[in-house]
Amino acid sequence: MSFIEYGDTIKDGDTAIVFLGHESMFPVKVQHGTVTQTKYGVIRHSMDLIGKKYGSKVTCSKGGWVFILHPTPELWTMNLPHRTQILYSTDISIITMMLELKPGSIVCESGTGSGSLSHALIRTVAPTGHLYTVEFHQQRAEKAREEFREHGVEHLVTVTNQDVCKNGFGVSNIADAVFLDIPSPWEAIGHAKAALKAEGGRICSFSPCIEQVQRTCLAMEEYGFTEINTLEILLRVYNECESAYLLRFRYESCKVMRLPAWLITESVFPWSRVQLHRGLLAALGSTASYSVLACANHFGYTEVK
Amino acid sequence: MRSRAAEGARRSASGAGSGREEEEEEEAAVMMAAGPGPRICEGECAVLKRGDVFKAVAVLRRRKIIFEKQWFYLDNAIGHIYGTTFEVTSGGNLQPRREVEETTTETKEAGTDNRNIVDDGKSQKLTHDDIKALKDKGIKGQEIVQQLIENSTTFRDKTEFAQDKYIKKKKKKYEAVITIVKPSTRILSTMYYAREPGKINHLRYDTLAQMLTLGNIRAGNKMIVMETCAGLVLGAVMERMGGYGSIIQMYPGGGPVRAATSCFGFPKLFFNNLHEFPLSKVDSLLSGTFSTEMLPSEFEDNALVEEESNGLIDEKPTSIRETEEESITATAMEVNQTEEQETMDINAEDVEFKDNKEKDNKENVREKQRKQWERRKKLIEAAALLREKNADGLIVASKFHPTPLLLSLLEFVAPSRPFVVYCQYKEPLLECYTKLRERGGVINLKLSETWLRNYQVLPDRSHPKLTMSGGGGYLLSGITVVLDKGKSDFSNLEALKMEEPSSKRCKVQDLQC
Repeated sequence: MSFIEYGDTIKDGDTAIVFLGHESMFPVKVQHGTVTQTKYGVIRHSMDLIGKKYGSKVTCSKGGWVFILHPTPELWTMNLPHRTQILYSTDISIITMMLELKPGSIVCESGTGSGSLSHALIRTVAPTGHLYTVEFHQQRAEKAREEFREHGVEHLVTVTNQDVCKNGFGVSNIADAVFLDIPSPWEAIGHAKAALKAEGGRICSFSPCIEQVQRTCLAMEEYGFTEINTLEILLRVYNECESAYLLRFRYESCKVMRLPAWLITESVFPWSRVQLHRGLLAALGSTASYSVLACANHFGYTEVK
Repeated sequence: MRSRAAEGARRSASGAGSGREEEEEEEAAVMMAAGPGPRICEGECAVLKRGDVFKAVAVLRRRKIIFEKQWFYLDNAIGHIYGTTFEVTSGGNLQPRREVEETTTETKEAGTDNRNIVDDGKSQKLTHDDIKALKDKGIKGQEIVQQLIENSTTFRDKTEFAQDKYIKKKKKKYEAVITIVKPSTRILSTMYYAREPGKINHLRYDTLAQMLTLGNIRAGNKMIVMETCAGLVLGAVMERMGGYGSIIQMYPGGGPVRAATSCFGFPKLFFNNLHEFPLSKVDSLLSGTFSTEMLPSEFEDNALVEEESNGLIDEKPTSIRETEEESITATAMEVNQTEEQETMDINAEDVEFKDNKEKDNKENVREKQRKQWERRKKLIEAAALLREKNADGLIVASKFHPTPLLLSLLEFVAPSRPFVVYCQYKEPLLECYTKLRERGGVINLKLSETWLRNYQVLPDRSHPKLTMSGGGGYLLSGITVVLDKGKSDFSNLEALKMEEPSSKRCKVQDLQC
């Protein structure tokens, strides 16, 4: 197992995802002689996990069962221990595409935070690219290093413990892309430019408040960035039970009906920044009355050069 | 050769020295020898950009390009760094645009509101003919804009913001600038969604981004891709895999369509591990009756017959003859060369094809046999790869109903691997969802949609631009697990039914009428 390569069987030292059921899962470090408690009973690693295939059904001591899944950055994002607020896969996907990341890309990131985005970036740039990530909080930087080691990706990432706004990324003229998720990204734009390759590159900054976005846009323009674009992506998840139920209903009544709006549910992630955006969008006027409801799932603004 | 290339790279790295002007041409030549770099090379695919409009073209000398009502030649662009902005001069030449100091207008005069501005249609003193005359004289767009401003009686009374907006609007119209950018998934998916959404089943670029992430696409994977999006999804997957690992493309009809794939300008190496396998053969492969002993000609005939009876195909399959000749790179070039707006029109390429055909018929026969033989060899390879049933993921984005595709193609995927299905409409995915639950062997099923909103961010003028919703398609994603053979499908279905309280059901029925 590794986060950048699929393996078939579960091995000692692997990080595996225990899938309990609908949206309920947690990560586990596989170790000989260890046990893990679940609501369905005990999983004994030596007997129940090691040597089994990823994707197997494992019966726990109380007779209940769980699935053991191969880790991916997306599963990790849903299960990692939060040390900060994190970016979720919806935002990560658009960031990855807009930064034009691919195997071999050199990326700079700050801050590392809980490493949600970092894992996704490493996955995309492996095996020949590299991630330089900067985190000014010493404990968080340490923890991130430890996780990268455990996940078998330490050779693809360099964690630097410094203030990106003051000291930059610790590298110059090598990056294809820079990503910023810090409170004052405008203070780091100069350093971002220094980190990017001389022939150019792409930059993206993530901010929850429009005021931050405005200051960042001005700073980007000042440093000669072009093609500045601000965007926002919202995820809507259609509730499983209701969807399935609706479909059965359709069959039974032999009539095709339009999906009623009330059956559409919002996404799975409760998000503390929501309040802020309700305020913001209301202030924005014209489109707001329509947007507020849709924004219950807001993840912030993404700027792409 | 190699040392020359290395030298070129070094020189460009330490580049911006003195006497750059003279060196530029020579350096460009060296860079071209070094292979695909950040510079525009002859024969490569590039994307033209004006404002938010994109167009993919092949960079060729002395070839007239028509883009946004302008015509020009790309000759001068060769050797420049991707991302360079050019001005179109008379005669269709491209000239790198020098950074112009924005005309900081002497005394910034502006009104505060529009209470006294009346729309009498006479504010512009230049007539239509005057403007045309200016244009015909070959006067720079920048100057025309300046003239328009000077001859506008209301300009000074407009607010600062309105003036800004006025200038922007005129610049857009009269200043002919074109940026040449390197193709990427970001650019091509944006371009296709804007220009030809029908060809990619209205797959919006943020939805494509979700697919790549949900599918955990990365170097080293063994992916199965089934798409009818002109090869755009395939190209996106190839970009993320960077030439590592393998891809098996499942195709309906006579062969895979890869018009968009070739716009990416991937190196040859990327195609070494790209396989294709006809959808019509999937059932026989699964049942174990798939045979590679058939003669190529037989295979073709059979393929056509089977497709028709398959029920999957709602269009007439493209004839084998056409697709056979379709060498991967040639297609795009051919297509891009058509100077019309329909950059990727497949029909256009058919025509050129037939012309070629009549010219050299005899050679064709031999060539055809060789190609058929190669085709068969590749088919055997692809079948062997599929038979291992250990693919690392499945991506489906087609115009066909997803349910039968999923039910059969998931057989080839290893357990604990993600799969993603795109559909323009939600309803087929709902059905697919229930069928997958009945089948079992999948968990974490999720039906989702993304909305995308762009913002205008300017001092004191920040607001959302537009919301795109409903038009970007839907995704059904999940993870495969070991299929439990012991439990019958029936019990799963029962379990599902049990989940819903009957009271809730009544509620919906009531609402129906």
